Amino acid sequence: MKVQIDSERCQGHGRCYDLAPALFGEDDEGYGQVLGDGGVPPGEEHDARLAAANCPEHAITASEES
Amino acid sequence: MTIDDRFARDFRDDDPDEEFGTRNEIITGPVADWATDFSHVELEWSADPYPIQDDLRQRCPIAHTGRFGGGWLPTRYEDVAAIAYDTEHFSSRSIIMSNFRPPHEIAPVGGSPPISSDPPFHHDARKLLLPAFTKAAVARQEPATRAFCHSLVDAFGERAVVDAASEYAQHIPIRVIADMLGFPAEDGPRFREFVENTLEGVNLPPDERIERMQQLFDYLLEQIRDHLDHPRDDLTSFLVNAELYGRKLEADHVAGTMALLLIAGIDTTWSAIGASLWHLAKNPADRRRLVAERSLLPTATEEFLRAYAPVTMARLVKEDIRWHGVDMKADDWILLSFPAANRDPAQFDRAGEVVIDREVNRHAAFGLGIHRCVGSHLARMELRVALEVWLERIPGFTLEDPAAVRWSAGQIRGPRTLPLRIG
Repeated sequence: MKVQIDSERCQGHGRCYDLAPALFGEDDEGYGQVLGDGGVPPGEEHDARLAAANCPEHAITASEES
Repeated sequence: MTIDDRFARDFRDDDPDEEFGTRNEIITGPVADWATDFSHVELEWSADPYPIQDDLRQRCPIAHTGRFGGGWLPTRYEDVAAIAYDTEHFSSRSIIMSNFRPPHEIAPVGGSPPISSDPPFHHDARKLLLPAFTKAAVARQEPATRAFCHSLVDAFGERAVVDAASEYAQHIPIRVIADMLGFPAEDGPRFREFVENTLEGVNLPPDERIERMQQLFDYLLEQIRDHLDHPRDDLTSFLVNAELYGRKLEADHVAGTMALLLIAGIDTTWSAIGASLWHLAKNPADRRRLVAERSLLPTATEEFLRAYAPVTMARLVKEDIRWHGVDMKADDWILLSFPAANRDPAQFDRAGEVVIDREVNRHAAFGLGIHRCVGSHLARMELRVALEVWLERIPGFTLEDPAAVRWSAGQIRGPRTLPLRIG
């Protein structure tokens, strides 16, 4: 699984780094950032889906890698 | 000696805005039909707006009023979101629906940037503030906030009944924002007056409203001058020194942003804390579960924000437009009800219920789009700490007298009187 943030949509609500701190962080202005390459380690899939499902701006995708 | 010319004189002396703009007749009194005559400042709305919003969402769903010189109230999530995202047709030139529309020339800056600003200026004014309000930045306020919450509970002494709105919720954001702006902590009671004048005074006679707003700006100018003489590490000194486009901010930009941080930082969070405690006082099962299962609190907090979203914003229609089936006129108000959006069954399962373990909660309590509440991380920290301390110190409490609970009128809704019985 892989997570991505659409930075055009992100407004810095911070739900992603609240809910999935192992996968997302904030930049100096509070906008969400994917940590590392966005690969979701085993055990973090639930948090990844939670972050995507709670983003008020629909800026996050959590997709199965093909 | 103050050597900054921007603040040597009263910056309002050369600001003609006060004299222009549009005023209209003040209309008050009971609402006959909420679909055609809504008013968010009437008692019926402040006491319980949700049945009204639910009814309008079913049968309307965009209500109209002739009050305030004309305005519209969308009640579906989809419509609220569409307007929040559409800065081309809807302006933030004024975000408080009242009987006064500021002149068009005030855009794109507005009276209290960046909340009152439109693109492209909005982006630059907002960018200045963002670093001070990141989650990491506001975490530095947490230990002092926690200690302050404890001191408020200590002050209850042995009393069995306390007012959780006026003795607890209110003081927390006042203290936090006073610290951040570098205002004297003992000025807190004045901030409450400023907040009430700005947000609840929308139907006062114009002269009285202007006079009251002058008091706020007199106070801010006093604080700015004190910071010029005694610079310190706080938001006021930051704004006084901040630069945009290679020069320091205009005096009215500095004061307008300070007014925004002071007003928007206080009664919003006060309302969220109060509404959450009100819910827990009325719902012992939820209260007991949160006391026992403390890790659920962040999830529950988001649900309180959804179900009791305190903040409604406003927009002004830029030009006549046919929009989602209604004919909006230039300068009509839009009452942008995030609370109504948050209870739309098309967006949320069990929208009318408070589900404290709701996992998927894409609520709009802090707005959507470019005007996302700049203080949302601060508000969330204050709300979480306020509830943690309260539940730790006072795990058992009930409503002392449901009829005595009083809610604020206007665009920010929360309990202003909330007598709770401890134990």
